[in-house]
Amino acid sequence: MKDKQFWVITGGFTLAFLIYWLAGHPLFNADRIIMFIAITVIGGTLLYNIRMAERGEEFYLRPIPGLKAVEEAVGRSTEMGKPVLYVPGIMDMDQVETVAGVIVLGHVSKMTARYETTLNVPVSRSIVMKAAREACRESYMVEGRIDMFHEDMVHYLTDDQFAYAAGVNGIMVREKPAACLYMGKFYAESLILAETGNSIGAIQIAGTASQAQIPFFVTACDYTLIGEEFFAASAYLSQKPELIGGVRGQDMVKAGVITVIVAATVLRFLYESWGIGFDVVKLLTVQ
Amino acid sequence: MSSTAILGGWIAVFLTLGIFSYLYKDNPFYKIAEHLFVGVSAGYWTAIFFWTQIQPNLFGRLWPTTEFSADSLWYKLYNGLSFFSTSVFPEGGIDKGHEMHLIYLIPFALGVMMLLSLIPKINWFARWGIAYTVGMAAGLRAYGYLNSNVIGQIKGTAASFSDPTLPFFSLTSPSIFNSIVILVGTITGLLYFYFSKEHKGTLGKLSKIGIYFLMISFGASFGFAVMGRISLLIGRFVDLIKYSSGDYFNASLWVLAIMIIILGYDAFTNRKPPLNEDAV
Repeated sequence: MKDKQFWVITGGFTLAFLIYWLAGHPLFNADRIIMFIAITVIGGTLLYNIRMAERGEEFYLRPIPGLKAVEEAVGRSTEMGKPVLYVPGIMDMDQVETVAGVIVLGHVSKMTARYETTLNVPVSRSIVMKAAREACRESYMVEGRIDMFHEDMVHYLTDDQFAYAAGVNGIMVREKPAACLYMGKFYAESLILAETGNSIGAIQIAGTASQAQIPFFVTACDYTLIGEEFFAASAYLSQKPELIGGVRGQDMVKAGVITVIVAATVLRFLYESWGIGFDVVKLLTVQ
Repeated sequence: MSSTAILGGWIAVFLTLGIFSYLYKDNPFYKIAEHLFVGVSAGYWTAIFFWTQIQPNLFGRLWPTTEFSADSLWYKLYNGLSFFSTSVFPEGGIDKGHEMHLIYLIPFALGVMMLLSLIPKINWFARWGIAYTVGMAAGLRAYGYLNSNVIGQIKGTAASFSDPTLPFFSLTSPSIFNSIVILVGTITGLLYFYFSKEHKGTLGKLSKIGIYFLMISFGASFGFAVMGRISLLIGRFVDLIKYSSGDYFNASLWVLAIMIIILGYDAFTNRKPPLNEDAV
């Protein structure tokens, strides 16, 4: 009960909803009640933890080796006098992985600005190019090295998947970057990129939630951020309280999901065996 | 066999072998194939996007044939645009089976804003387009992901353990054993992604089981994808074998021989002198 304001608003909202429900809940699709509950509970949990973090509560985050390695990779490039290659995936900004990739790019470009290392970001979508340029420009500005920023560090290749892979491969073998970072949504080009990076001896760090591509990155890269680790990366790298609060909130949601899974399994068993309780499968089926 | 088909076969062979030549090292054949591939595909996708999205779905909804009226101001503007290109803006409106929807002026404006990034003083307009794309996608996908990745996963994991028709063990069909594997795999997998507590003690052991489950699923996925890639490789070899026939004047063999000769000559003439060990 540390955040009284939050609990007062939550209590008020719950009371208002109960009155609305008992009054016959007009204009409410009762078949989707489970979605309503899920959205409000998850949203509330995230909001609560973000508020707590902003109020100064400190949350522990376990170390992720792949994230620690990002700074090492940029440092290695600096020592070797070679560029850092950053690939933000092949999809557009409507994919959450691409958004996460551009956010991580912001942090990586801060490091390259700090260490005065060349950054090369080939992209395959026009909107990603614009967003990535904005992220890099802001990072160089924050680091006070706007003189080092030039728009061509983020450059468009092509929308075509394999043509893009061929273009990035060409950049790799000619520029020989010391670090290759793959952070975004990937498809079949993942192994082509990671294998080429491996062949030139670059330190490679990948981050993606594309389930089918993680094995290729695990095989060919030095470090791989798997699924959720990738989404938590921006919180780890920035150490911003609101982002760390978000990660903590997601952890609480995961704990809640585990509890619901166990409860649903027990309830289903009781209902199907002896008719005790209610049909949990029907409740979980969104119409 | 037409001369166009033969020429196409020779180009296909050259580009395929040019890309394969990368296995040896970066060389001019690979560079030709790569730059051609990147350049042509960039142009190709621009044309495809324009003619399958912008022209029919955007302009086709703003100036449809069904509402054409030569006297209206809106279509006078259209007629002005058709002065520049009658293929994009044909006479009498665009007939793509759409009704007029002026709400499409919003994406049109956002598209124009993206183009304004070419003008440095007002390039901040492009942020509106990016903000719209990210915001729209976040809102649109939140519901879908919650339904399929959270509620659907809970429903799928809470499997039946009371069905008397279910066998205890079966690899290929639903069984009690498979239900236990799914339940344990999902819970331990979720615990692996628990960040705000140190993975020690019970949590450490459970998350270790979770990473084993993840690695097994990645291994299966890896094997499945490799099999798919092998079939793609076989497809290219089938084409190369086809083009090596007399119908195509043995294109595969000739191109391969010429590439090997040129690359071999290049390797011979540009070979590095052996290190003088005395000088070290």
